[in-house]
Amino acid sequence: MVEWTDQERTLIANIFANLDYEDIVKPDVSCHHSLCLRCLIVYPWTQRYFGGFGNLYNADAIMNNPMISAHGVKILHGLDRAVKNMDDIKNAYATLSELHSEKLHVDPDNFRLLSDCLSIVIASKMGYDFTPDLQAAWQKFLTVVVFALGRQYH
Amino acid sequence: LSSFTFPFTRESGVPLSSVLPRMLTVYPQTKSYFAHWKDLSPGSPPVRKHGITIMGGVYDAVSKVDDLVGGLLTLSELHAFMLRIDPVNFKILSHCMLVVLSMLFPEDFTPQVHLAVDKFLALLALALAEKYR
Repeated sequence: MVEWTDQERTLIANIFANLDYEDIVKPDVSCHHSLCLRCLIVYPWTQRYFGGFGNLYNADAIMNNPMISAHGVKILHGLDRAVKNMDDIKNAYATLSELHSEKLHVDPDNFRLLSDCLSIVIASKMGYDFTPDLQAAWQKFLTVVVFALGRQYH
Repeated sequence: LSSFTFPFTRESGVPLSSVLPRMLTVYPQTKSYFAHWKDLSPGSPPVRKHGITIMGGVYDAVSKVDDLVGGLLTLSELHAFMLRIDPVNFKILSHCMLVVLSMLFPEDFTPQVHLAVDKFLALLALALAEKYR
């Protein structure tokens, strides 16, 4: 069982409270805070899982693809489940893990890539507010989530 | 390539020196390499100074981008035979560099720049690990 300090719970809850899911996934012309499944651009091999998502031909296409943005929101809502069940993320994610393993066949290393991209996007949104202590709590949370997602693989 | 060198040239190195203290906080296992410093808190002078040294090395490597392995030969030997840092930590430090870059340059750190810098840092890490075995 993962032990969370009160401070860690507060820090992580604050990140989610200040996160506007629609804002973080939509492409913003003036700045590039958007998650836009950023990892599809930075780690192009992750596109292998999105064959049915239309035009992923280049970075612009990916950033303007509505199906990709919608999927980004879905993923962030999935993280909600972890925040609401912080004391038992392992079990809260059991069915999600099975889904990713048995149905979607996603290499679990991709969870780490996505979580790294998410940290970077949140950092760009928060600037200096993304202190080392906040990043530490956030990284701990993401590590637990990534582990739970990969747990049902066999 | 020229589009991603700008964060390094524009930056005086002082905010980027925060990369090392940040890594020690977010990934405490990395502190194991710095047991010889009593104070590993973020404000500690040897930590900040060393952060500047490391970022200086990264900035140098930008000018050697066409032959990283050759250009980083002595640094690789240093890390392999003297410092003996597990190469997995290069990835950890690279991630912290990307986080700080995106904090400092939210407008300019586009996905394309992110890709280029990430690719460069991965190649840098590979070149640094070249002499390990």
